[in-house]
Amino acid sequence: MARIQVNPTRMELLRLKKRLAVARRGHKLLKDKRDELMKRFLDLVRSNRDLRQEVETRLAEAFREFVLARAVLSREALESALLMGAPPLDLPVDTQNIMSVEVPVFELLFAEYRADELPYGMAGTPGELDAAIATFREILPAMLRLAEMEKTAQLLAEEIEKTRRRVNSLEYVLIPRLAETIRFITMKLDENERGNTTRLMKVKDMMVRQALEQARKFDEGVAAEREGRLA
Amino acid sequence: MPKVAIIGDRDSIMGFAALGVQTLETRSPEETRRLLRAASTDDLAVVFITEQAAEAVPDTLAALRLQRLPAILPIPSIAGRTGLGMTDVRETVRKAVGVDLFALDEPSGRDKE
Repeated sequence: MARIQVNPTRMELLRLKKRLAVARRGHKLLKDKRDELMKRFLDLVRSNRDLRQEVETRLAEAFREFVLARAVLSREALESALLMGAPPLDLPVDTQNIMSVEVPVFELLFAEYRADELPYGMAGTPGELDAAIATFREILPAMLRLAEMEKTAQLLAEEIEKTRRRVNSLEYVLIPRLAETIRFITMKLDENERGNTTRLMKVKDMMVRQALEQARKFDEGVAAEREGRLA
Repeated sequence: MPKVAIIGDRDSIMGFAALGVQTLETRSPEETRRLLRAASTDDLAVVFITEQAAEAVPDTLAALRLQRLPAILPIPSIAGRTGLGMTDVRETVRKAVGVDLFALDEPSGRDKE
Protein backbone atom coordinates (compact mmCIF):
# COMPACT_ATOMS: atom_id res chain seq x y z
CA MET A 1 0.00 0.00 0.00
CA ALA A 2 1.34 3.34 -1.02
CA ARG A 3 2.16 5.68 1.77
CA ILE A 4 1.49 9.37 1.90
CA GLN A 5 4.38 11.64 0.91
CA VAL A 6 5.39 13.47 4.08
CA ASN A 7 8.49 14.57 5.93
CA PRO A 8 9.47 11.99 8.54
CA THR A 9 9.33 14.35 11.49
CA ARG A 10 7.93 13.92 14.96
CA MET A 11 5.43 16.68 14.25
CA GLU A 12 4.10 14.85 11.20
CA LEU A 13 3.93 11.61 13.17
CA LEU A 14 1.71 13.18 15.81
CA ARG A 15 -0.52 14.71 13.14
CA LEU A 16 -0.91 11.38 11.34
CA LYS A 17 -1.67 9.51 14.53
CA LYS A 18 -4.47 11.94 15.22
CA ARG A 19 -5.82 11.50 11.69
CA LEU A 20 -5.70 7.75 12.04
CA ALA A 21 -7.69 7.88 15.27
CA VAL A 22 -10.33 10.05 13.59
CA ALA A 23 -10.46 7.75 10.57
CA ARG A 24 -10.91 4.69 12.78
CA ARG A 25 -13.72 6.35 14.72
CA GLY A 26 -15.41 7.48 11.49
CA HIS A 27 -15.11 4.01 10.08
CA LYS A 28 -16.79 2.48 13.12
CA LEU A 29 -19.63 5.01 13.05
CA LEU A 30 -20.25 4.54 9.34
CA LYS A 31 -20.23 0.79 9.74
CA ASP A 32 -22.85 1.05 12.47
CA LYS A 33 -24.91 3.32 10.24
CA ARG A 34 -24.66 0.91 7.35
CA ASP A 35 -25.73 -2.03 9.51
CA GLU A 36 -28.71 -0.18 10.95
CA LEU A 37 -29.79 1.06 7.51
CA MET A 38 -29.56 -2.48 6.22
CA LYS A 39 -31.70 -3.79 9.05
CA ARG A 40 -34.42 -1.23 8.36
CA PHE A 41 -34.16 -1.86 4.64
CA LEU A 42 -34.59 -5.61 4.94
CA ASP A 43 -37.63 -5.23 7.20
CA LEU A 44 -39.14 -2.78 4.76
CA VAL A 45 -38.45 -4.64 1.57
CA ARG A 46 -40.08 -7.86 2.72
CA SER A 47 -43.38 -6.15 3.42
CA ASN A 48 -42.89 -4.20 0.21
CA ARG A 49 -42.86 -7.40 -1.82
CA ASP A 50 -45.89 -8.83 -0.03
CA LEU A 51 -47.86 -5.63 -0.47
CA ARG A 52 -46.98 -5.43 -4.15
CA GLN A 53 -48.20 -8.94 -4.69
CA GLU A 54 -51.45 -8.10 -2.95
CA VAL A 55 -51.97 -4.85 -4.86
CA GLU A 56 -51.26 -6.47 -8.20
CA THR A 57 -53.73 -9.25 -7.54
CA ARG A 58 -56.48 -6.94 -6.33
CA LEU A 59 -55.87 -4.53 -9.18
CA ALA A 60 -56.28 -7.34 -11.71
CA GLU A 61 -59.60 -8.09 -10.03
CA ALA A 62 -60.70 -4.46 -10.28
CA PHE A 63 -59.75 -4.30 -13.93
CA ARG A 64 -61.83 -7.41 -14.60
CA GLU A 65 -64.86 -5.76 -13.10
CA PHE A 66 -64.11 -2.61 -15.02
CA VAL A 67 -64.00 -4.47 -18.31
CA LEU A 68 -67.46 -5.83 -17.55
CA ALA A 69 -68.78 -2.33 -16.95
CA ARG A 70 -67.22 -1.14 -20.16
CA ALA A 71 -68.99 -3.88 -22.05
CA VAL A 72 -72.37 -2.77 -20.79
CA LEU A 73 -71.92 0.96 -21.35
CA SER A 74 -71.06 2.97 -24.39
CA ARG A 75 -67.69 4.64 -24.24
CA GLU A 76 -69.24 8.14 -24.07
CA ALA A 77 -71.58 7.18 -21.27
CA LEU A 78 -68.75 5.57 -19.36
CA GLU A 79 -66.43 8.52 -19.70
CA SER A 80 -69.00 11.10 -18.83
CA ALA A 81 -69.95 9.09 -15.75
CA LEU A 82 -66.37 8.73 -14.62
CA LEU A 83 -65.14 12.21 -15.32
CA MET A 84 -68.09 13.90 -13.73
CA GLY A 85 -67.62 15.65 -10.47
CA ALA A 86 -64.87 13.74 -8.76
CA PRO A 87 -63.00 16.34 -6.73
CA PRO A 88 -59.22 16.10 -7.11
CA LEU A 89 -57.71 13.84 -4.51
CA ASP A 90 -55.44 15.75 -2.17
CA LEU A 91 -52.63 13.88 -0.57
CA PRO A 92 -50.88 15.54 2.37
CA VAL A 93 -47.21 14.61 2.37
CA ASP A 94 -45.16 14.41 5.52
CA THR A 95 -41.48 13.66 5.85
CA GLN A 96 -39.92 11.01 7.99
CA ASN A 97 -36.26 10.84 8.83
CA ILE A 98 -34.75 7.35 8.76
CA MET A 99 -31.07 7.48 9.71
CA SER A 100 -30.80 10.95 8.16
CA VAL A 101 -32.52 9.84 4.95
CA GLU A 102 -35.57 11.98 4.28
CA VAL A 103 -38.43 9.82 3.06
CA PRO A 104 -41.98 10.87 2.22
CA VAL A 105 -44.99 9.73 4.21
CA PHE A 106 -48.39 9.97 2.55
CA GLU A 107 -51.33 10.62 4.76
CA LEU A 108 -54.51 9.82 2.96
CA LEU A 109 -57.24 11.56 4.90
CA PHE A 110 -59.51 8.68 5.68
CA ALA A 111 -62.05 10.96 7.26
CA GLU A 112 -62.66 12.58 3.90
CA TYR A 113 -61.97 9.50 1.89
CA ARG A 114 -64.94 7.19 1.89
CA ALA A 115 -64.49 3.95 0.07
CA ASP A 116 -68.23 3.50 -0.52
CA GLU A 117 -69.03 6.92 -1.90
CA LEU A 118 -69.63 7.16 -5.61
CA PRO A 119 -68.97 10.40 -7.43
CA TYR A 120 -71.63 9.96 -10.08
CA GLY A 121 -75.36 9.53 -10.15
CA MET A 122 -76.93 6.12 -9.96
CA ALA A 123 -79.12 6.79 -12.95
CA GLY A 124 -77.76 5.74 -16.28
CA THR A 125 -74.93 3.64 -14.92
CA PRO A 126 -74.98 -0.09 -14.36
CA GLY A 127 -74.15 -1.85 -11.15
CA GLU A 128 -71.04 -3.31 -12.70
CA LEU A 129 -69.48 0.14 -12.86
CA ASP A 130 -70.32 0.80 -9.22
CA ALA A 131 -68.64 -2.45 -8.26
CA ALA A 132 -65.52 -1.72 -10.28
CA ILE A 133 -65.16 1.80 -8.92
CA ALA A 134 -65.76 0.55 -5.39
CA THR A 135 -62.96 -1.95 -5.84
CA PHE A 136 -60.62 0.74 -7.17
CA ARG A 137 -61.45 2.86 -4.13
CA GLU A 138 -60.68 0.03 -1.77
CA ILE A 139 -57.30 -0.59 -3.37
CA LEU A 140 -56.20 3.02 -3.55
CA PRO A 141 -54.93 3.30 0.05
CA ALA A 142 -52.87 0.15 -0.42
CA MET A 143 -51.49 1.53 -3.68
CA LEU A 144 -50.45 4.74 -1.95
CA ARG A 145 -48.81 2.77 0.85
CA LEU A 146 -46.96 0.78 -1.76
CA ALA A 147 -45.79 3.94 -3.52
CA GLU A 148 -44.50 5.27 -0.19
CA MET A 149 -42.77 1.98 0.59
CA GLU A 150 -41.05 1.61 -2.74
CA LYS A 151 -39.86 5.21 -2.71
CA THR A 152 -38.50 4.71 0.81
CA ALA A 153 -36.78 1.49 -0.24
CA GLN A 154 -35.18 3.20 -3.22
CA LEU A 155 -33.89 6.10 -1.15
CA LEU A 156 -32.58 3.76 1.55
CA ALA A 157 -30.88 1.57 -1.04
CA GLU A 158 -29.10 4.61 -2.42
CA GLU A 159 -27.94 5.66 1.04
CA ILE A 160 -26.77 2.15 1.87
CA GLU A 161 -24.72 2.04 -1.29
CA LYS A 162 -23.17 5.42 -0.55
CA THR A 163 -22.38 4.47 3.04
CA ARG A 164 -20.90 1.17 1.97
CA ARG A 165 -18.60 2.92 -0.48
CA ARG A 166 -17.41 5.26 2.27
CA VAL A 167 -16.84 2.41 4.72
CA ASN A 168 -14.80 0.54 2.15
CA SER A 169 -12.67 3.47 1.13
CA LEU A 170 -11.85 4.13 4.79
CA GLU A 171 -11.20 0.48 5.53
CA TYR A 172 -9.16 -0.43 2.48
CA VAL A 173 -7.54 2.84 1.44
CA LEU A 174 -7.26 5.60 4.00
CA ILE A 175 -6.63 3.61 7.18
CA PRO A 176 -3.98 1.25 5.72
CA ARG A 177 -2.27 4.20 4.06
CA LEU A 178 -2.13 6.17 7.31
CA ALA A 179 -0.89 3.13 9.24
CA GLU A 180 1.79 2.50 6.63
CA THR A 181 2.98 6.11 6.75
CA ILE A 182 3.06 6.08 10.54
CA ARG A 183 5.18 2.92 10.43
CA PHE A 184 7.50 4.56 7.92
CA ILE A 185 8.01 7.66 10.05
CA THR A 186 8.50 5.64 13.23
CA MET A 187 11.14 3.52 11.55
CA LYS A 188 12.87 6.54 10.09
CA LEU A 189 12.93 8.25 13.49
CA ASP A 190 14.23 5.09 15.17
CA GLU A 191 16.92 4.81 12.55
CA ASN A 192 17.97 8.41 13.21
CA GLU A 193 18.01 7.67 16.90
CA ARG A 194 20.26 4.67 16.38
CA GLY A 195 22.57 6.71 14.17
CA ASN A 196 22.80 9.30 16.87
CA THR A 197 23.62 6.72 19.54
CA THR A 198 26.37 5.24 17.43
CA ARG A 199 27.82 8.66 16.85
CA LEU A 200 27.79 9.42 20.55
CA MET A 201 29.45 6.11 21.39
CA LYS A 202 32.12 6.79 18.80
CA VAL A 203 32.79 10.24 20.20
CA LYS A 204 32.92 8.89 23.72
CA ASP A 205 35.32 6.18 22.57
CA MET A 206 37.60 8.79 21.07
CA MET A 207 37.47 10.88 24.20
CA VAL A 208 38.36 7.88 26.36
CA ARG A 209 41.25 6.96 24.12
CA GLN A 210 42.54 10.53 24.26
CA ALA A 211 42.32 10.55 28.06
CA LEU A 212 44.18 7.23 28.23
CA GLU A 213 46.89 8.55 25.94
CA GLN A 214 47.36 11.61 28.14
CA ALA A 215 47.46 9.51 31.29
CA ARG A 216 50.05 7.22 29.77
CA LYS A 217 52.20 10.14 28.72
CA PHE A 218 51.92 11.57 32.19
CA ASP A 219 52.89 8.24 33.76
CA GLU A 220 55.85 7.90 31.41
CA GLY A 221 56.97 11.41 32.36
CA VAL A 222 56.77 10.61 36.05
CA ALA A 223 58.68 7.35 35.61
CA ALA A 224 61.44 9.04 33.60
CA GLU A 225 61.80 11.73 36.25
CA ARG A 226 62.05 9.14 39.02
CA GLU A 227 64.69 7.24 37.06
CA GLY A 228 66.70 10.43 36.50
CA ARG A 229 66.63 11.23 40.22
CA LEU A 230 67.82 7.76 41.18
CA ALA A 231 70.65 7.79 38.71
CA MET B 1 -51.86 20.32 -1.75
CA PRO B 2 -50.00 17.53 -3.55
CA LYS B 3 -52.03 15.46 -5.92
CA VAL B 4 -52.07 11.95 -7.28
CA ALA B 5 -51.86 11.15 -10.99
CA ILE B 6 -51.86 8.10 -13.20
CA ILE B 7 -50.13 7.71 -16.56
CA GLY B 8 -51.11 5.01 -19.01
CA ASP B 9 -53.43 3.97 -21.78
CA ARG B 10 -56.98 5.26 -21.73
CA ASP B 11 -58.70 2.07 -20.60
CA SER B 12 -56.33 1.47 -17.71
CA ILE B 13 -56.49 4.94 -16.25
CA MET B 14 -60.16 5.81 -16.78
CA GLY B 15 -61.39 4.02 -13.70
CA PHE B 16 -59.16 6.12 -11.49
CA ALA B 17 -60.72 9.35 -12.73
CA ALA B 18 -63.70 8.57 -10.54
CA LEU B 19 -61.44 8.62 -7.48
CA GLY B 20 -60.11 12.10 -8.06
CA VAL B 21 -56.84 10.83 -9.45
CA GLN B 22 -55.56 13.02 -12.26
CA THR B 23 -55.53 10.90 -15.43
CA LEU B 24 -52.79 11.50 -17.98
CA GLU B 25 -53.24 9.51 -21.13
CA THR B 26 -50.20 8.49 -23.12
CA ARG B 27 -49.98 6.88 -26.53
CA SER B 28 -46.22 6.95 -27.14
CA PRO B 29 -42.94 6.81 -25.19
CA GLU B 30 -42.30 10.47 -26.07
CA GLU B 31 -45.60 11.45 -24.53
CA THR B 32 -44.83 9.37 -21.44
CA ARG B 33 -41.47 11.08 -21.10
CA ARG B 34 -43.05 14.50 -21.39
CA LEU B 35 -45.72 13.65 -18.82
CA LEU B 36 -43.15 12.28 -16.38
CA ARG B 37 -40.98 15.34 -16.69
CA ALA B 38 -43.97 17.57 -16.09
CA ALA B 39 -44.95 15.39 -13.13
CA SER B 40 -41.60 15.91 -11.44
CA THR B 41 -42.06 19.67 -11.45
CA ASP B 42 -45.79 19.75 -10.77
CA ASP B 43 -47.13 19.41 -7.28
CA LEU B 44 -47.60 15.66 -7.54
CA ALA B 45 -46.94 13.31 -4.66
CA VAL B 46 -47.65 9.98 -6.31
CA VAL B 47 -47.66 9.05 -9.96
CA PHE B 48 -48.95 5.62 -10.90
CA ILE B 49 -47.75 4.44 -14.26
CA THR B 50 -48.78 1.31 -16.10
CA GLU B 51 -45.97 -1.18 -16.50
CA GLN B 52 -46.49 -1.10 -20.24
CA ALA B 53 -45.88 2.64 -20.39
CA ALA B 54 -43.01 2.43 -17.90
CA GLU B 55 -41.15 -0.21 -19.88
CA ALA B 56 -40.72 2.17 -22.79
CA VAL B 57 -38.96 4.86 -20.76
CA PRO B 58 -36.50 3.22 -18.30
CA ASP B 59 -34.00 6.10 -18.52
CA THR B 60 -36.50 8.80 -17.56
CA LEU B 61 -37.72 6.69 -14.65
CA ALA B 62 -34.17 6.04 -13.44
CA ALA B 63 -33.50 9.77 -13.41
CA LEU B 64 -36.52 10.33 -11.16
CA ARG B 65 -35.79 7.44 -8.82
CA LEU B 66 -33.64 9.44 -6.43
CA GLN B 67 -35.95 12.40 -6.13
CA ARG B 68 -37.89 12.42 -2.90
CA LEU B 69 -41.10 13.26 -4.76
CA PRO B 70 -43.00 12.25 -6.75
CA ALA B 71 -43.07 8.58 -5.89
CA ILE B 72 -43.54 6.81 -9.19
CA LEU B 73 -45.20 3.44 -8.88
CA PRO B 74 -45.44 0.96 -11.75
CA ILE B 75 -48.74 -0.90 -11.67
CA PRO B 76 -50.27 -3.53 -13.93
CA SER B 77 -52.45 -2.16 -16.71
CA ILE B 78 -55.83 -3.42 -17.78
CA ALA B 79 -53.98 -5.83 -20.06
CA GLY B 80 -52.28 -7.52 -17.11
CA ARG B 81 -48.93 -7.40 -15.39
CA THR B 82 -45.56 -7.62 -17.06
CA GLY B 83 -43.54 -8.13 -13.89
CA LEU B 84 -41.72 -4.80 -14.21
CA GLY B 85 -42.86 -3.59 -10.79
CA MET B 86 -41.57 -6.68 -9.04
CA THR B 87 -38.34 -6.60 -11.02
CA ASP B 88 -37.84 -3.03 -9.85
CA VAL B 89 -38.24 -4.08 -6.22
CA ARG B 90 -35.68 -6.84 -6.70
CA GLU B 91 -33.34 -4.43 -8.43
CA THR B 92 -33.55 -2.13 -5.40
CA VAL B 93 -32.67 -5.05 -3.14
CA ARG B 94 -29.77 -6.06 -5.33
CA LYS B 95 -28.44 -2.53 -5.24
CA ALA B 96 -28.58 -2.29 -1.45
CA VAL B 97 -27.58 -5.79 -0.45
CA GLY B 98 -25.44 -6.83 -3.37
CA VAL B 99 -27.42 -10.00 -4.00
CA ASP B 100 -31.00 -10.68 -5.04
CA LEU B 101 -32.39 -11.91 -1.74
CA PHE B 102 -35.76 -12.86 -3.16
CA ALA B 103 -34.17 -15.21 -5.64
CA LEU B 104 -33.44 -17.44 -2.64
CA ASP B 105 -37.01 -17.27 -1.35
CA GLU B 106 -38.65 -18.35 -4.56
CA PRO B 107 -36.30 -19.84 -7.11
CA SER B 108 -38.85 -19.67 -9.90
CA GLY B 109 -40.64 -16.54 -8.70
CA ARG B 110 -39.92 -14.41 -11.71
CA ASP B 111 -41.38 -16.59 -14.39
CA LYS B 112 -44.41 -17.64 -12.44
CA GLU B 113 -46.70 -15.91 -14.88
